Amino acid sequence: MEALAAALVYSIATLGPASAIGVIVMKSVESVARQPESEGSVRGLMILGVAFVEALAILGFVLFFVVLFA
Amino acid sequence: MQGTLAAIDYGGPWEVPPINELFDFPAIPGTEGWEILGVSLAVNRTVLMIFAAVIIIAAFFWHSTRDATVVPSKAQNLAESFVELIRNEVALPSIGPEGNKFLPFLTTIFAYVFLLNLFKLTPGIMLPPTSRMAIPAFLAVVVLATYVVVGVRKRGGSYFKDTLFPPGLPLWTYVIVTPIELLSNFVLRPVTLAIRLFANMVAGHILVVLTLITIHAFLTVGLFGEPLSATTPIGVAALIASPAVFAFELLIITVQAFIFTILSAVYIGLAMQEEH
Repeated sequence: MEALAAALVYSIATLGPASAIGVIVMKSVESVARQPESEGSVRGLMILGVAFVEALAILGFVLFFVVLFA
Repeated sequence: MQGTLAAIDYGGPWEVPPINELFDFPAIPGTEGWEILGVSLAVNRTVLMIFAAVIIIAAFFWHSTRDATVVPSKAQNLAESFVELIRNEVALPSIGPEGNKFLPFLTTIFAYVFLLNLFKLTPGIMLPPTSRMAIPAFLAVVVLATYVVVGVRKRGGSYFKDTLFPPGLPLWTYVIVTPIELLSNFVLRPVTLAIRLFANMVAGHILVVLTLITIHAFLTVGLFGEPLSATTPIGVAALIASPAVFAFELLIITVQAFIFTILSAVYIGLAMQEEH
C-alpha cells in the first residue's frame, strides 16, 4: 500500500511540472526561431525557469522516499 | 545484490533487493575503525573514487598547462577548449563580464561532477559517487556559500534587503513575498541543486543495473521458472538495447554536470545583480 501511495505521489507530482517545462521550452524555441540573435539570453532565462519549475517535481521525488520509507 | 545474483544463478526464492544495496559498500578491510570525534572515516569504494577524481583532474590540468606554448600541444588544446567552452557557454552569458573571475570555480565544478558521473559508465567501476547524497549536498553547500558571500561582498547589506524585500512592491505583499523569497533563495535552490543531480544519478544507475542483470539472467539461466529458450528473445533484445542505454546515460551525465554548473553560475549572477 505504501508503495502504491508513493508511486501515486511521484506520478501526480510530475504532471504539472511536465506540462510547465513543455510550455517553457516551446516558447523559448519559438522566440529563438523568431530572433536567432537572442539565443544567449533566452537560453539563460529558459534554464532558470525550468529550474524553478523542476523544483516542484524534485520535491515530489523527495516525498516519494518519505512516503515509502517513513 | 550478491544474494539476488546468486539466486538467479542457482535457483531458489529471491526478491527484488532494496535500492540501498546497489549503492552501499562495506569499508575496505583495515579502515573500519578509523574515526575522529565519533565521525567515521572508513574508506570504501565511493571515497576511493572521490580521491581518484581529484587526482585525475589535478594531473590532467597540471600536465596540460605545465609548459604552455603559443602553439598548443594536444593536451593543452583539450584543456584550453574545455575552459573556453565553460567561459563562452556558462560564465559570460550567466554572470556577465565579471564571469571571468568565477571561471576557475565553474570549471572545477564541471570537471569534478562530470568525472564523478563518468564513473557510472567506466568498466570495472560502474558506480557514480554522485548517487550518494553526501557529494551533491556538499557541492550545493559550497555553491550556496559562494553566492551568498559574493552577493554580500558586491552589494553589502543591501543584498539581504533586496533579496528578502524586493523593492517596488505594495507594502502588504511583503507578508507573502518575504517568506517565499527566503525559502526559495536560501533553502530550495541548494536543495534542488543537490537532489536534481542525485536523483538523476540514482535513476541512471538503476537503469544500467537492470539492463545488465536482464542480459545476464535471461541469456544464461532463464527466470521465473521459464526454460532458457523462452527468455532468450528478451535477453537478446536487452543486449541490443544496451548500447542505446549506455549512450543515453552518457548524454544524461554530461547534461547533468552542465546544468549543475550553469545553475551555479546563474545563482552567482543573480546574487551580483543590482536591483533596479
